[in-house]
Amino acid sequence: MPDSPAMTHGTQELANSADPGNAANSAHPEHPPYLLHHFESAGQQADAAGFAMWLFLLTEVMFFSGLFTAYLIYRNWYYRAFVAGSHQLSVVWGTTNTAVLILSSFTMAMAVWCSKTGRRRELTLCLTLTFLLGLGFLGIKGIEYHEKFEKHHVPGRHYSLQSFLYPDSDAAARAAGDRPLPLDDARHTEVYFSLYFLMTGMHAAHMVIGLCILGFMILRARAGAYTAGHATFVENFGLYWHFIDIVWIYLFALLYLISRH
Amino acid sequence: MSANTIISLPDQGTAGVPKKNYLTQENGLLSWLLTRDHKRIAILYLLTTGFFFVIGGMAAAIIRLELLTPTGDLVASDTYNKLFSIHGIIMVFFFLVPIAPAVLGNFLIPMMIGAKDVALPRINLLSWYLFTIGGCVELYMMIVGGVDTGWTFTTPLSTHYVNTNVIAAAMGIFIAGFSSILTGLNFIVTIHKMRAPGMTWFRLPLFIWSYYGTSIIFVLATPVIAITMVLIMLERVTGIGVFDPAKGGDPLLFQHLFWFYSHPAVYVMILPGMGIISEVISNFSRKRVFGYTAVAFSSVAIAVFSFFVWAHHMFIMGISTYSALVFSLFSMLVAIPSAIKVFNWSATLYKGSITFDTPMLYAFGFIGLFTIGGCTGVMLATLGVDIHVTETYFIVAHFHYVMVGGMVSAFMAGLHFWWPKMTGRMYPESLGRLAAVILFIGFNLTFFPQFILGYLGMPRRYHFYPPEFQVLNVFSTAGASILAIGYLLPVLYLIWSLKYGAIAGNNPWQATGLEWQTQSPPLTENFTVMPVMDHEAYDYEWLERQTLASQNLENQSQANQSQVRPKETEVPRAG
Amino acid sequence: MNHISPVIYQFLVKRLTDFRLFPPEASKIAPQMDALFFFILLVSLVGLTAVVLLVASFSILYNRQRHPVAVQVEGSTLLEATWTIIPLGLFLMMFVWGALIYFRVYTPPPNAMNIYVVGKQWMWKVEHSGGQHEINALHVPTGRAVQLTLISEDVFHSFSIPAFRVKREVIPGRYTTVWFEATTPGTYHLFCSQYCGTNHSQMTGDVLVMTPEDYRKWLAGSTSGASLAQNGERLFASLSCAACHNARPDARGPSLANVYGSRLTLANGQFITVDEAYLRQAILNPSQHVTQGYAPIMPTYQGQISEEGVIALVEFIKHLDSDYRIQQTLNTTDLPPGSEEKAAPAGQAPATQGRVKK
Ligand code: HEA
Ligand code: HEA
Ligand code: HEC
Ligand code: CUA
Ligand SMILES: [Cu+2]
Repeated sequence: MPDSPAMTHGTQELANSADPGNAANSAHPEHPPYLLHHFESAGQQADAAGFAMWLFLLTEVMFFSGLFTAYLIYRNWYYRAFVAGSHQLSVVWGTTNTAVLILSSFTMAMAVWCSKTGRRRELTLCLTLTFLLGLGFLGIKGIEYHEKFEKHHVPGRHYSLQSFLYPDSDAAARAAGDRPLPLDDARHTEVYFSLYFLMTGMHAAHMVIGLCILGFMILRARAGAYTAGHATFVENFGLYWHFIDIVWIYLFALLYLISRH
Repeated sequence: MSANTIISLPDQGTAGVPKKNYLTQENGLLSWLLTRDHKRIAILYLLTTGFFFVIGGMAAAIIRLELLTPTGDLVASDTYNKLFSIHGIIMVFFFLVPIAPAVLGNFLIPMMIGAKDVALPRINLLSWYLFTIGGCVELYMMIVGGVDTGWTFTTPLSTHYVNTNVIAAAMGIFIAGFSSILTGLNFIVTIHKMRAPGMTWFRLPLFIWSYYGTSIIFVLATPVIAITMVLIMLERVTGIGVFDPAKGGDPLLFQHLFWFYSHPAVYVMILPGMGIISEVISNFSRKRVFGYTAVAFSSVAIAVFSFFVWAHHMFIMGISTYSALVFSLFSMLVAIPSAIKVFNWSATLYKGSITFDTPMLYAFGFIGLFTIGGCTGVMLATLGVDIHVTETYFIVAHFHYVMVGGMVSAFMAGLHFWWPKMTGRMYPESLGRLAAVILFIGFNLTFFPQFILGYLGMPRRYHFYPPEFQVLNVFSTAGASILAIGYLLPVLYLIWSLKYGAIAGNNPWQATGLEWQTQSPPLTENFTVMPVMDHEAYDYEWLERQTLASQNLENQSQANQSQVRPKETEVPRAG
Repeated sequence: MNHISPVIYQFLVKRLTDFRLFPPEASKIAPQMDALFFFILLVSLVGLTAVVLLVASFSILYNRQRHPVAVQVEGSTLLEATWTIIPLGLFLMMFVWGALIYFRVYTPPPNAMNIYVVGKQWMWKVEHSGGQHEINALHVPTGRAVQLTLISEDVFHSFSIPAFRVKREVIPGRYTTVWFEATTPGTYHLFCSQYCGTNHSQMTGDVLVMTPEDYRKWLAGSTSGASLAQNGERLFASLSCAACHNARPDARGPSLANVYGSRLTLANGQFITVDEAYLRQAILNPSQHVTQGYAPIMPTYQGQISEEGVIALVEFIKHLDSDYRIQQTLNTTDLPPGSEEKAAPAGQAPATQGRVKK
């Protein structure tokens, strides 16, 4: 364990020690305000927080892996239905969204850097940009969802097989050169759209949570909370944000680009 | 080893519980609800999980009463189904999974490794709130009519056929799942980053090793049940077809996902118990645990292997014969580390100096019952035998042996062992031993007949059953009432001891763990002086020297009326 | 005594007399399974005894009074290895033995007689190939391998016969199979052992094992007239399967004669052996496995035929060893409706029998 030599103190005073007689024993040279009482040094605290964040991302990987497993199984079974389903997605919007997210990852990385180098104004700017880009992503996702809704591609009672049984009646299918699917194949497109909504929906839920935290961070950043030498929170949030980004890149490849090798 | 490693304690006479401790440091309900002290959070968990145990236990009581006769005299079939579903859901997700990690783990892990708190105290409190909210959702589910899917939520029954409150039940588990995730995460970070100077990995108490294994499972498996519950809810609400065979979905996929969590989760329900037993056995035989490294690594091995056996719950479900082979083989392999532990515990007794205090009696009970439960587990893992006994009372007996006979016994051992530390008071020893014996007898009477019932073929989850199975069921019900006494008794005398119990002192068991080297009940930040670990775990000789030295010191300090002050030591902190 | 409580009276008098601790062994596999079980039981007992003996004797030898000061013993690699390797060896023996029995139970012999079972909330419907239907009962002869082909119409069920030591999950949308050979005539329990909703515990029945003669008599006495295959033939006609599967040179679908048991090449180059499960899939999800040389034009019949109907069709196709019968049905479908009676073989049951009733 990479620990700083400062941590080998044998004794240490407690914030509210039971024994005032001990207080004089170990006055700490540096005790920044953000250091929580139960840590010995800021280094240990940052270390623990970073480690916890990586572990948390691991749990997120497991969370999504359930969906990815389902996806892989069904894609293997119902490949033709999945291809036809994916032709209904707009690669243009998908690519735009990928670009938007990658850009937001970049601004987030900048924010971490600003926080570490103590640039308060720039930090606020970067965070706000990230926020806006995230919002933009959700907006585009909303447009896509709306389109699916109009075409009755939302699984459930109102699901329609029109675009798959009669691709000539559907612009997207015609553009992709789809041939009519047999009825049983066409029915399996519902599984595809179930997974599409589940995966992108879970992803969007993570975005929404991220945006809430981001909003809170912007307010605190303006008050200078992250530019006084304590960048851990911004850094860890950055990890989360990049993680969401990576998940999206997988989703983009798996859902939008199935038949484009 | 010199006297400078002595940990000084605030002066504490034998007259009373120290005035200043984590229980009394602050007062008022709010100080509890907003606490970030790991020990107070542990107490909060103890109360909530205890509450859920009573609910689950009452469901069990009605189940057993109903099964007294072959026909449904007491409740209707629907009600019976709801009872065992609620019993299973509550007992697993809201009692046994959280109980040992969140109560004893929270209380002890920071103290055992010499930290002031867990690494993320606020997250720790958040976990408790998530758990409680999840529990409240579950209570709501029960009040508005319950759920009747069994605790396994088999699709498509749960998603398309029953019309009970599956969504609420799944939601409660989903929310409580995050509490598990955060607790596990917290423990891993704490164990990695918060160890006291000198506390190397191989000086950790075995308790910590087993909780480390538990936490790995929490972190890796629980997210999968979370997403599975989301899928169940969405499938019910919106009719997406991921598990619906009519739409091309695969209902077996659900079981794969469910057991991918729930099998590792059964080890969440036993690993902490193994940690407790290691501590107890070592302490009451005054010996270092035999083969420390083997026991430590077997915990991690169980945690790792547990991820590769889930489909042994699906042997007859039409999985391919080859995958059945693989999963059977891995189930055999996961049993090996458990066997290692059992033998090592037995060997620990060799040349010890054994006393039979209450925790030790529970520990003996654990060894016997867990071995029976484990060996029947191996029978289930044997492909041929599983065909006959799966989905029968044989399974019910198997898992009650490991969960109730194993884990609940272990928890009782732990609760009695650390009760003096938690409350500063002793429980009445003779009543304690009596309860342990009652529990053991009642338990066997309840669940042993179920093995026979299972082999005779009585299916589980049966409200009506053929009359020839009645005799054994009557035995089982009779046992359950003895069992209930065995649970009720400790509840009573433990509460009694809070007020009237003898004062425990810092180290009533003369145990070696760091948690015993501070006052009972401990202060809010555990230690007045940052402890330094300069000896191996379970070093009873160190303890003896330590006691002698501190007696000398006490005499000295009484002689010259001066304050004892610890000196700094330079023990490198190893990684 | 009766005045104390009728329940207790009944319990004392009746239950205590027909009390048993071990299930009857009524199939060929049962003694084999029990042998394995007793082997594991023995090993477990030895293991348990070893542990209990160790704990008990150490408790006596080294209790505080006798042995006030503990002697620290660190551990021993040799011992550690012993109690790793011995259980491992034993467990591996159980694994191999168990796997052998598992394969035996789930691999029916080729000459087994097939009975179809449909599970639904909360009853069992059994269909013999001679057309005999049973509800919550299963008649089987002794001395003959019987294969069950199981499917569920709704949720998971499980078909369990403890006296035979066999059990198989009954799954919606997929055939599963199990087989046994009964040895002792008698009546045995049939349970649904997978939880399936409210009346799960009443989804039970009887398995009646008969001597071959009795069984033959029973078969003759309870036939409903048309065999399963004949029902299937009628469905085949009424669903106009023969429009494509007519074995003419210009037929759009492949000939189905002798297709059962053959090895097909699929359009994606895979090979597949045609069994019941494949036939079912071919009817309900035809685009899933397209036979080489044919276009995926066969319509799906999902939602149009009940599971029993599919079973009848499958049984018909299984028994189709020449295209002659198909030509016959073809003729009948070409005829005006009134003349159907004449061509349909021994028809009492209406031709729509297998269709889904809405
Ligand atoms: C605390 C919980 C717990 C624990 C620890 C275990 C431990 C084990 N379980 Fe259990 N199990 C459950 C809880 C648990 N189980 C539950 C809840 C279910 C049912 C779920 C449901 O359907 O509702 C279940 C069901 C279950 C099944 C599925 C049965 C079915 O549905 O068909 C199987 C099958 O393989 C199995 C196997 C095992 C094995 C091999 C172990 C092993 O880890 C055991 C290892 C231990 C030992 C082997 C004992 C010590 C060994 C010795 C002292 C050595 C001496 C012995 C010999 C040499 C033989 N369990
Ligand atoms: C951790 C887990 C746990 C625990 C502790 C228990 C404890 C008990 N269980 Fe449980 N059980 C399960 C987990 C557990 N069970 C699971 C997972 C299932 C499967 C569910 C499913 O099929 O989906 C199951 C199923 C199950 C069945 C099978 C039902 C069926 O298949 O039809 C039975 C039947 O006997 C049973 C009995 C008992 C009994 C008698 C106890 C006793 O040990 C309980 C004794 C405790 C008390 C009685 C409470 C203590 C008393 C008080 C606090 C006083 C207040 C109470 C009264 C006045 C009555 N359980
Ligand atoms: C529109 C024409 C058409 C109709 C009507 C039709 N089939 Fe088919 N069937 C085909 C074609 C083409 C194939 C081969 C391609 C494939 O496997 O999908 C086929 C394949 C099959 C197979 C798989 C065996 C093989 O050799 O591939 C079975 C079994 C089958 N059909 C049964 C039926 C039954 C039963 C019906 C009526 C209920 C039916 N078919 C109606 C066209 C048809
Ligand atoms: Cu059907 Cu239980
Ligand atoms: Cu398991």
